[in-house]
Amino acid sequence: MANYLEVRSLSKQFGTFTALGDVSLDVIEGEFVCFLGPSGCGKTTLLRAIAGLDPQTSGTIRQKGRDVSALPPAQRDFGIVFQSYALFPNLSVADNVGYGLVNRRQNKGAIARRVAELLVLVGLPDAGPKYPAQLSGGQQQRVALARALATSPGLLLLDEPLSALDARVRLRLRHEIKALQRTLGVTTIMVTHDQEEALTMADRIVVMNHGAIEQVGTPQEIYRRPATAFVADFVGSMNFLAGTLMAPDRVRVAGVDFACPVQDGLAPGQKVSLCIRPEDVRVRDLPADIANRVPVEVAELDFVGAFCRATLKARATSDVSVTADFSSNLIRDLGVDIGTKLDIALPPDRVRIFA
Amino acid sequence: MIDRTILRRATLAGAAALAVFGLASPAFAQKTRLTVYTALENDQLDPFKKAFEADNPTIEIAWVRDSTGVVAAKLMAEKDNPRADIIWGLAASNVGLMASMGMLEPYTPAGSTALNPMFLSGKSPQTWVGMDAYLSLVCFNTAEGKKGNKPVPTSWADLIKPEYKDSIVMPNPASSGTGYLTIAAWLQIMGEEAGWKYMDALHQNIAQYIHSGSAPCVQAAKGERLIGIGLDTRGASEKTKGAPLELVIPKEGLGWELEVTAIVKGTKNLDAAKKLADWAVTKKANELYAKTYPIVAYPGVANTPPNYPPNLEKVMVKNDVEWMAKNRDRILAEWTKRYDGKSAPKAK
Amino acid sequence: MSLAAPAVKPGMSRDDLMMRGGVVLLAGVLLVMLGLPLWSLLAKGFEDRDGKFIGLANYVSYFSTPALFQSALNSLQVASITTVIVVPLAFLYAYALTRTVLPMRWLFQGISLIPIFAPSLLPGLALIYLFGTQGFFKALLGSGSIYGIDGIVIAQVFYCFPHATLILTTALATSDARLYEAADVLGASKRRVFFTVTLPGAKYGLISAALVVFTLVMTDFGIAKVIGGNFNVLATDVYKKVIGQQDFSMGAVVGMVLLAPAALAFLVDRLVQRKQVALLTARAVPLVPRPKLGRDLFFTLFCAAVSAAILTILGMAIWGSLIKYWPYNLSLTLDNYDFARFDANGWESYWNSVRMALGAAVFGTVLMFTGAWLNEKTRGFGAMRGVVQFLAFLPMAVPGLVLGLGYIFFFNAPNNPLNFLYATMGILVLNTVAHFYTVGHLTATTALKQIDPEFEAVSASLKVPIWKTFVRVTAPICLPAILDIAIYLFVNAMTTVSSVIFLYAPDTKLASVAAVNIEEAGTTAAAAALCVVIVLTSAAVKAAHLVADRFLFARLQVWRRR
Repeated sequence: MANYLEVRSLSKQFGTFTALGDVSLDVIEGEFVCFLGPSGCGKTTLLRAIAGLDPQTSGTIRQKGRDVSALPPAQRDFGIVFQSYALFPNLSVADNVGYGLVNRRQNKGAIARRVAELLVLVGLPDAGPKYPAQLSGGQQQRVALARALATSPGLLLLDEPLSALDARVRLRLRHEIKALQRTLGVTTIMVTHDQEEALTMADRIVVMNHGAIEQVGTPQEIYRRPATAFVADFVGSMNFLAGTLMAPDRVRVAGVDFACPVQDGLAPGQKVSLCIRPEDVRVRDLPADIANRVPVEVAELDFVGAFCRATLKARATSDVSVTADFSSNLIRDLGVDIGTKLDIALPPDRVRIFA
Repeated sequence: MIDRTILRRATLAGAAALAVFGLASPAFAQKTRLTVYTALENDQLDPFKKAFEADNPTIEIAWVRDSTGVVAAKLMAEKDNPRADIIWGLAASNVGLMASMGMLEPYTPAGSTALNPMFLSGKSPQTWVGMDAYLSLVCFNTAEGKKGNKPVPTSWADLIKPEYKDSIVMPNPASSGTGYLTIAAWLQIMGEEAGWKYMDALHQNIAQYIHSGSAPCVQAAKGERLIGIGLDTRGASEKTKGAPLELVIPKEGLGWELEVTAIVKGTKNLDAAKKLADWAVTKKANELYAKTYPIVAYPGVANTPPNYPPNLEKVMVKNDVEWMAKNRDRILAEWTKRYDGKSAPKAK
Repeated sequence: MSLAAPAVKPGMSRDDLMMRGGVVLLAGVLLVMLGLPLWSLLAKGFEDRDGKFIGLANYVSYFSTPALFQSALNSLQVASITTVIVVPLAFLYAYALTRTVLPMRWLFQGISLIPIFAPSLLPGLALIYLFGTQGFFKALLGSGSIYGIDGIVIAQVFYCFPHATLILTTALATSDARLYEAADVLGASKRRVFFTVTLPGAKYGLISAALVVFTLVMTDFGIAKVIGGNFNVLATDVYKKVIGQQDFSMGAVVGMVLLAPAALAFLVDRLVQRKQVALLTARAVPLVPRPKLGRDLFFTLFCAAVSAAILTILGMAIWGSLIKYWPYNLSLTLDNYDFARFDANGWESYWNSVRMALGAAVFGTVLMFTGAWLNEKTRGFGAMRGVVQFLAFLPMAVPGLVLGLGYIFFFNAPNNPLNFLYATMGILVLNTVAHFYTVGHLTATTALKQIDPEFEAVSASLKVPIWKTFVRVTAPICLPAILDIAIYLFVNAMTTVSSVIFLYAPDTKLASVAAVNIEEAGTTAAAAALCVVIVLTSAAVKAAHLVADRFLFARLQVWRRR
């Protein structure tokens, strides 16, 4: 598949502050890419550079083979949706959606047909004569989406489009946007700080921190095989246990050795973190010879709905603790409560080691 | 294209706005429009204009009238590109300064030989020609005087009596020409040393130095103050309107100033300006002046306006206009140092 | 890290080129309207009377004159006292308008604006009727006199009150109700809420109001001249030098000195304003005051007292305009409104004023709003935009006398291609717009900052030229602010004196100038009458604005309704 967008060595300075440092990235035609990271990580800066709204200090951007690095936004090919919707409040929904069409000197009938089509597409067939203020937040964001798509841009840019909406609307729109994107096949970049959003919507996720890319990968790759401690921590929940690498496949934590996948890049003796996700901690049916067994005591139990998040203290040393997700079934079956003593295992294939 | 369109629209809109509100001045092609700068009283303008235009039907007077200071400042600021054709009714001291700066077109009006020589600039041809004289005298509010049981003063010397403490207003010489001619007269009558000593004493009785030559008599007329030292014509006109005012001519004599006519150098309407200059020295014109001013340039036109004491010419001090001009900066600096700087509000 | 990639020089779109061209044009216009005229006067400060360059000699002689130093102290004193009185007064009034349940709120709001509609002559005259030697309430002053610092301060308080109230009403109206709910929940006492939430929330408004009042007092000479007595201030010093002695060099020196504190004040204001932007969030919930008897009663009485004071001053002027001869013949007459008896131009100057005010409102609003938009929305181009911003801030600190004289020197220069404007209505319009540029520019900028910053990005992505979005979206959304600017210009054009007094021609004399002339001629009643006509005109225009706002624009602005 062809690269639709090629970003090479992009840097952006604000005075002495480096907002983006030497970022390179490819986006394939038709894919849905999410820029994910905490606020201030440079994800919006990267998006605005791609749009040409805040041009980069150095580096190149090619869109469909065309070097757009120095082009102003109006000469690039994209549609954009902002967190604030940026709908024109004094124009009707139909006029908003048709805003970019009117300028193309199409006849009125054609414009009206296209606007109606787009409003059907975003599920608001009757909203045309209304004004933005008469719509809910979710509806307004749909109108913004229709407006951005009206001119059939090759690239759709979404800047935190769901952040201003309440939780239920956000959930519904996630699916709608994803479905729409799949139907239209438009290459899409979305900026978000919400990992769940990124995981459910994106074909690929670009995790960013401090103006640099930490990892690029599918949601599964990002979640299962985080490339850096930052990604491991930022995406999903993760236990971090401080230890020392004893051998390429052994880590010592609080005097106890744990098996782990073979580490090539790290030298024995190095301080490392042993990481495991709470849902990967095993409790049930532990075989007698299971690796990485730890006797623990339940210190806290937080009800989260579908499951409980338990804080488990190692019985040997009280300064090592691990959180684990226990299903309601498990809690009932094992009679888990605060103070319960039990054994857990950290499956070596689920353990990740970061320097 | 688009860029140009909006710029063009903006320019057009601006031009349209200017056209509507600015340049739509009527074009009276047949008459010569003479721009006359003046500090004459507002109510004099119309009769003067009508009388002149009746005799000169091809000329139309367009007045620019403001207080002496504003008109003088405007003339001086416009020096490099004069807008006035002629000055008709401005203090001689201001006009004299303009003459020395070469801002005037020398012209001896036909008939000016008939005038009292005191009213001529003395140059040949004349740089300016006088119309009338105004005086700086004392306005006394008799109603307030009766209330406070204060006698009517008869001399400058009376004014420093303690009974008038804080009851006198006079123009600030730094902001008013009348103020300057008042103190210049004292310095000339009494001599410099005695003059300053007199002002030191008078300062104790002054409630306020006002930024205007006409305001003191008006304030006295309205009972704001008991005594105002200032422009005579204003006092007389207030009295006509019903103010309980007495115009006092101090027996030591008083300061005076000429109002003059002068053609501005560079005028595009020189012929019309000369016609006005000629007309301004006629007996007819002087009879008009005499309706407001007790002393006019044309001898024998002595139609004393109402509310004036008779025979004013006798009490006018010997005024050395040149001395006044030469010493202006020095005297004002001295005056400011003595009275203006420390003139903290008396009341509190 | 790869080798440093070559720096990108962003290309410019048509929009960018047009916007930059616009900013350059705007800078040029402001330079012609403001920068160059000001300079052509201030440069005289370095010349002697004959126009020879003498460096700083005038400044040396100025600073070695103790009397002038005293004036500077007096100016600071009057400005400080006025600020200290006006700001708390205006704060309480604004608080009442925004945070309490006030009966007839619209009336109190309207009354608070009256002083803006009045030429500065009006409070001066009214105070003489009230507290002068023959005044009705003379006894209240004891042995004191209205002529002097007391009179200046009272008149300045009257004159500055609406300016401060407007700023503080805006500041208090934009506070977030959620903060008060939080404080309530936390059980904070009323006192504590006031000091920890209300005051800090209005902090920037308070600073702005204080700076505006301070600058207004520093630069105004009208009030000091009429009622100042012997109390010399810098603005009257300029008057003495320029009008009394036609000494432009020293006038320029005092003008420059006067510029310093005012310019400093505005530097502070800019720093403060920059910080403020971050304070307001889009999600703030407007505060709707709930009735509370004790508080509401107190503030109703307070507002009634302040309104009564304002109305007394206006009422005195109206009454004064109807009497025959103060104080000796108090019978009533309408003769004073027959202006032809006092000024050759009669009512003509009034219509000139209306024409000029309309011109200034139309031309100024277009220039200020378009200019603010260009300066806000142009990408990059920081230096030139900085120049525009500086020029836009300048006029607030410039005394009108200085600007007016500068206009003569600049526009009347024989080699100036624009000198055809001189002595036309056009130059009065230009001068007035320049004189009041700062507030209009600030109003427009604030309004533009409040709308979504991404409109231009959206229209660029849709390939719609930026000016089209300006016409179709930005300007319509900002219509209320645009009308505010137009009204502000109209009202000030009706009352302005200090600058235009040098610039009117035979056909273009203005009512505000005529009022000053008539007053100087001693016909106080007629001057009061003309002031009253001016107040009523401005009030009528403002009332028409409110009515139109309510009925006409409501229909045009359906989109604002939820």
